[in-house]
Amino acid sequence: MSQEAASIRSYLAVFAALMVLLGATVGASLLDLGFLALPVAMAIASVKAFLVAAIFMHLRQSSSLIRLIACAGLFWLGIMLMLTMSDILTRV
Amino acid sequence: MNVSTQPLPVVTEPRHAPPNYLNDGYSVRSWLLTLDHKRIAILYMISITLFFFIGGAAAVLFRVHLLTPTGALFDPGTYNKLFTIHGVVMVFFFLIPSIPAVMGNFLVPLMIGAKDLAFPRLNLASWYVYMAGGTLTGYAAIAGGIDTGWTFYTPYSTMFSNTNVIAAATGVFITGFSSILTGLNFIATIHKMRAPGLTWFRLPLFIWAMYATSVIMVLGTPVLAMTVSLLGIERIFHVGIFDPALGGDPLLFQHLFWFYSHPAVYIMILPSMGVVSEIIPCFARKRPFGYKFIAMASVAIAMLGFFVWGHHMFVSGQSMYGGVVFSFLSFFVAIPSAVKVFNWTATLHKGSISLQTPMLYALGFIGLFTFGGLTGLFLACLGVDIHVTGTYFIVAHFHYIMVGGAVMGYLGAIHFWWPKMTGRVYSEFWGRISAAIIFVGFNLTFFPQFILGYLGMPRRYYAYPPEFQVLNVMSTAGASILGLGFLLPLIYLLWSLKYGKRAGPNYWKATGLEWTTQSPPETENFETTPEVVSEPYAYEFMELGNAD
Amino acid sequence: MQTEHTDILEVQFEDVEQQRSTSALGMWIFLCTEIMFFGGLFLAYCEYRHLHPESFAAASSRLDWMLGSINTAILLTSSLTAALAVRAATLRSAGTMRFFLGATIVLGVAFLTIKGFEYHTDYQEGLIPGASFTYSASQPAVQPREVEMFFMLYFIMTGVHAFHMIVGIVAFFILISKSLRNTLTVQTVENTGLYWHFVDVLWIFLFPLLYLVGHH
Repeated sequence: MSQEAASIRSYLAVFAALMVLLGATVGASLLDLGFLALPVAMAIASVKAFLVAAIFMHLRQSSSLIRLIACAGLFWLGIMLMLTMSDILTRV
Repeated sequence: MNVSTQPLPVVTEPRHAPPNYLNDGYSVRSWLLTLDHKRIAILYMISITLFFFIGGAAAVLFRVHLLTPTGALFDPGTYNKLFTIHGVVMVFFFLIPSIPAVMGNFLVPLMIGAKDLAFPRLNLASWYVYMAGGTLTGYAAIAGGIDTGWTFYTPYSTMFSNTNVIAAATGVFITGFSSILTGLNFIATIHKMRAPGLTWFRLPLFIWAMYATSVIMVLGTPVLAMTVSLLGIERIFHVGIFDPALGGDPLLFQHLFWFYSHPAVYIMILPSMGVVSEIIPCFARKRPFGYKFIAMASVAIAMLGFFVWGHHMFVSGQSMYGGVVFSFLSFFVAIPSAVKVFNWTATLHKGSISLQTPMLYALGFIGLFTFGGLTGLFLACLGVDIHVTGTYFIVAHFHYIMVGGAVMGYLGAIHFWWPKMTGRVYSEFWGRISAAIIFVGFNLTFFPQFILGYLGMPRRYYAYPPEFQVLNVMSTAGASILGLGFLLPLIYLLWSLKYGKRAGPNYWKATGLEWTTQSPPETENFETTPEVVSEPYAYEFMELGNAD
Repeated sequence: MQTEHTDILEVQFEDVEQQRSTSALGMWIFLCTEIMFFGGLFLAYCEYRHLHPESFAAASSRLDWMLGSINTAILLTSSLTAALAVRAATLRSAGTMRFFLGATIVLGVAFLTIKGFEYHTDYQEGLIPGASFTYSASQPAVQPREVEMFFMLYFIMTGVHAFHMIVGIVAFFILISKSLRNTLTVQTVENTGLYWHFVDVLWIFLFPLLYLVGHH
């Protein structure tokens, strides 16, 4: 199989996985998971996002600089969310 | 340590300039549709100078008003509008763009041996975006003004102010994209377009500073964009994102606002530090002490600067545990700045120092920035901040950094690279006089404000108790001297364009690829891409003395 | 479709490969700015969901999760077609590329149509925040003000997302037009694809956060 044909298969595989994970997202919401509902939903979403980024957005084949930049964006978002919530969660 | 103030030797220069980027087309179209980073830098320089004097005029007005305790000149509403427009214009339309958009645009390609930035059309777009935002904000100022302070705190800005908040917020939103585009351009350029042999640790420290600044511009400014968008939505649709009466949290606005606006102050200071890192080695004829530490310190400041924004919110109602965390982290961000100050000082030690105008600004920067930075440490301390927050102590602190630091750095840059940018030399006598006047005027304006703040005079107040009058009068006197000091360079620099001596390629005998081009540089900078084989700042291999 | 031999080399670059990889880098930096832009909204959502969990759950249940699921499936499919369009561009198959770009546009428009229908329903049910907002709570833990806050965030987040989708759809139209005039480069298609995938990733997080709060 040539390089290009293999990538069709990986795209279709990712697409199938995304659909399954979408089903999982909806399915998990139909169950009563209590306080775990949000972490589970976010975990499934993160896996979906990772697949889109790695395969559809070619991060898997990209240079380490591009991968670093993608991670930096997420890291900075994390700083903003975590430090602000550290105020909100500890207010009396 | 030699300290030389000898007059410069006279050099005969050709009567006409060689073909360069300034005479490569004289039409308005060739300027307004230019893709040349150097011309775009000049466009920015003109607009930034205009905004600087607009913001300065507002300051003159309210400083005159503050000569008397009961404020006879303006009513409270107008006073509020004056300090607001001073802050908005100076922060968003002068300080943030100043060195990056003027000196960065001009120098980054030259310093790395490239013919232009990575995305020249985005560069031109960034200037137009800046002008669009500036025009809208200017309109807001003229057509009634804004009175919220440059910080636009809610719920006053969203629910109660009757002034042109939406127009000003939109102007700031638009101008933010100018910042983002510039930062994006610099990061891509510095990563991808360095000349062969120009490894990261051979880059000029100014490039390291531009890179660190660009990271902040790219990651912080979008948050400001969202913040002013939400402010506009709340104001227009009367929904309660930040309004407590409608279930919102005003502190959310402050978190979002300061998440950008604290790193923004590092956007304002890092470039000036980069400039100082170029000037000091040249005028001490010595390589920078601890080059790698200075480079890494720039990156560290950019990153750490994102962790400390809550120190603007110590008394806002933020959780005290959050306050402790932010206070602790705020002490850390001072460390890389201190590293730089020590390294610059060590560079001076046993150097062959000459006190030309750029060096005066650089030395002034080191002293005044250190002063302002140390007072920042006081403010990082929760116990101190509770007493002096909202007073003139804060005003003095940030003006020491922003004017004593950033503006001195900008002026130093203009004076250092003026021969390169224009091919002309200004009057060294007037340069030194102005630098001295600025230094004296600045300290007379702002040192009394530390005392005023410590004694309890609140900021943004149009009147004050009579016992504060003497210090206020001193401050206003200083402001008039400072204003004169700022006007003088405008005059002698413009004069030099027509009557100044022509400069050769390397007027200061400095190191760096930009000094290997003619002055002014030709449009494509380099005829052939240079190749870098040596370490930077090879001053010990050059002759003593640093001017043609 | 331009080949590597006919890519126009801009004067500031040394070779086409440098131009191409710098362009990709520029797009990724831009996507980071978009992460931070949306981040502010996610922060607001984080705070208010933490403060008002029951109200958010009640508000979320007023959204149609089945339509939301269908829309998610549509958008994920459009990411597939976008990826296939980029692949076709890499292989220089202009016709195949235009087909998949067209498919992506169709899916994007379908998403926006369903979104518009949802907005219309919300309007009819009085769920647009502001003067016309009407909500009567069935439990004491649910406050109408807090439900209104949820809908405020819902409209802003999905609205800004929809705006980004419109920009993406317009960009795909422009790509098709440039392809027909033979002025299109592979990297431009790749960059537009990156942008579209990012918009998809945003929705991957928006969907559970907005539609699936609390179980049903």
